[in-house]
Amino acid sequence: MSQHQINDKDFSEKRKSNIGVMMTVLYSIVYGGFVFLSVFYPSLMSLRTFFGMNLAITYGLGLIVTAIIFAIIYNQMVRMPRVDENSEKALKPDQKEKEG
Amino acid sequence: MTVIVFIIFVGLVLAISAYTSRKSSGIGGFFVANNAIEWEINGIAFAGSYLSVASFLGICGLIAFFGFDGFLYSIGFLAGWVIALFVIAEPMKRMGTFVFSDALDQRFNHRGIRLAAGISVLIVSLFYLVPQMVGAGVLIEPLLGISHFWGVIIVGSAVIAIVAVGGMTSTTYVQFFNGGLLLLFAVILTGAVLLRGISVNQTNIEEGDVDLTSYQFREIEAELQGESLDVDLSGAQLIGRHVEIGPNTSEETLVLYQISHLVPVIEDGEDDFVNIKGRMIPVTKDDFDVPFLAFEEMGNETYLRIQDWWRVVPGEGDMATLVETQFRAVHPDGSVNVNGIPESSENRMRQVGGVSQIPERFGTSTGAMGPLRLLGVVSDPNTIIQQPKNTAFLTNEGVEVTVYYEDPIKGSIFMRPGLLFPLEAKPGEPASTTLLNRLNFISLMLALFLGTAALPHILIRYFTVPDPDSARKSTIIAIISIGLFYIFTMYLGVGAINSRALNPETSNMSAPLLARSFGEVLFAMISGIAFTTVLATVSGLIMAASGAVAHDLMGSIRRREFSDDTKVRVGRLVTIVVGIIGIVLGIIFREMNVSFLVGWAFAVAASANLPSLVMMLFWKRTTAQGIISSILVGIFASVSLILLSPDMWARYGLDPANAPMPINQPGIVSIPLSFIVLVVVSLISAKRKAETDPLGPSLRE
Repeated sequence: MSQHQINDKDFSEKRKSNIGVMMTVLYSIVYGGFVFLSVFYPSLMSLRTFFGMNLAITYGLGLIVTAIIFAIIYNQMVRMPRVDENSEKALKPDQKEKEG
Repeated sequence: MTVIVFIIFVGLVLAISAYTSRKSSGIGGFFVANNAIEWEINGIAFAGSYLSVASFLGICGLIAFFGFDGFLYSIGFLAGWVIALFVIAEPMKRMGTFVFSDALDQRFNHRGIRLAAGISVLIVSLFYLVPQMVGAGVLIEPLLGISHFWGVIIVGSAVIAIVAVGGMTSTTYVQFFNGGLLLLFAVILTGAVLLRGISVNQTNIEEGDVDLTSYQFREIEAELQGESLDVDLSGAQLIGRHVEIGPNTSEETLVLYQISHLVPVIEDGEDDFVNIKGRMIPVTKDDFDVPFLAFEEMGNETYLRIQDWWRVVPGEGDMATLVETQFRAVHPDGSVNVNGIPESSENRMRQVGGVSQIPERFGTSTGAMGPLRLLGVVSDPNTIIQQPKNTAFLTNEGVEVTVYYEDPIKGSIFMRPGLLFPLEAKPGEPASTTLLNRLNFISLMLALFLGTAALPHILIRYFTVPDPDSARKSTIIAIISIGLFYIFTMYLGVGAINSRALNPETSNMSAPLLARSFGEVLFAMISGIAFTTVLATVSGLIMAASGAVAHDLMGSIRRREFSDDTKVRVGRLVTIVVGIIGIVLGIIFREMNVSFLVGWAFAVAASANLPSLVMMLFWKRTTAQGIISSILVGIFASVSLILLSPDMWARYGLDPANAPMPINQPGIVSIPLSFIVLVVVSLISAKRKAETDPLGPSLRE
């Protein structure tokens, strides 16, 4: 492995970790908002949203669905910087296949 | 039927583990399945390992009994996975080989870290393990008719067989099998709930099976005249009262009357029966010697005089409505009386719950509904849900009475936070009580959020895949499958109360009873799945404990490197020992409700493991001393705060109000404390090192 590739790898780890931290903070805000509303404005949780559901259920289901969506977005984002990946591909063809 | 399905499931699990155990030789095979697990399989195995009976049967029961507050656990248990994915997954795989202390210790190579991490893994695993084992026995008893003792032994031996022989490889495939089953079953049951829709006073009558018949609790008008009672019950006499008054107001929150009255004895051939809550219970006159019961003759008829409890709903003036309740009374001589006559296999509690009103436009039944609309109907202010409640008290005669009753509650209240965790200030409540209630809630939500990613049996799954990419992808599969499963729990809980499928004495049976309301096949399946769920979680916990002993504790105590063969041998031995400990504790704690230990495990994991994991990754100045102190302080603080909490005070038989720690959930104190300790100790130890060794700081740069 050349020095260049190691730096690239470090850079991608750093970038992944930054994206991860950013998304954790985002999710914590959404989660924290739910806890905040439940604790301080529980009556707001009775507000009707759509299909007759109240805010508590909508927000609660929303938190689960958001986690799933965040997970998929994160996966797409950390996979994106694959510009000079040809070298890697050449090195580990079978692993590449598995990832498909 | 149930037994056959159960045997098939057990057979399948053992076959899977026997088949896969061939690959489990060597240190890599035993502890981390040779890093050869595909990410899709690892993802479902995550779900199979993480979804314990607590999250499967426990959450369904909590939602059925407490509405939205049960779902809070689903939300918190899932939210923790976000941290697992974004922060822990890839670094864990990149830096670790066998146990999570590998990652913690990578930069430092310090024996103390391994010792502290090993202790924390053992403590958390045991806290998690005991309720699983007790739960196994408690569940198997009603599901399969096997005694608690044998239930625990069967589960324990199966786990030991799987783990000791097949190690992590077999554990993985058993967890994968279980995760798939859980998801499939939750989908089927949710579909059935949606097809059934919401109906007023749902009945699940199946001819010939009394267990499935619903019983409408009677409501009768009564007039109170001083101490006497005018009510349409033959020979009624008011013989006792129980009144509960709100904690901060003088308002009566619950009034119960104990009424003695006559029920006709029905002769059928040689036997005599009385109708108790819609069931014909045999009472043979010559052979029925119970001190609190007496036969009375009136005209040609024979009657049995029984005493039971009624809930009083005040009406206008002296008028009131008496609502029938169910109760269990334990007399000083040890005899047990259920609903007025001795407990027997025939005379058991009726199922409770149900919806007594839905919005007018639906008539009496909504019919099949879409998933969101169904939740809309349940949370409608015009929907009335019969929430099961109970109260326990001691009568003047020394009888321990627990009365089970239904409290009608609006859907809009049932489906928002507040029934299990009181959050709103009640009239007359001191501000401090409101504040503590709210802190307790925040503390719980914090521990759930931060605990998941630090659970030992979750962390070890990161080492079974080939590379960090697979670790990430399998975590995403885990989030999707666990997230969907937790959405289904909402439908299982709501479906259970709508189907009047609640055992008033134990919320854990809600999901199985819901399954039974759809027929014996689903009931048999859920019994089998409950069993594989216990197996999957317990085997993961035992593998985590085994790894901690073989890789962390042994090396740090004996101060030398052991050969791979020795580690595997010790690992196998530890699985047997921990398995036996689990069996013994599962039998000892039989009578105790130990599900609170799962909550402990999350709080301890969040306090002991998470701060050091996160800081090690993101704060360059973290030192080995900082990590060790953070882990130890995290364990000590969370465990001792729990031991000093109001819940524990009540368990010791003391007044919970006097408990030194005012809230039950320690996370809000112990998690920040563990972070602070890590930072402070790291700074101090780095400074000290800089003073004694001038090369230290420059080398670190």
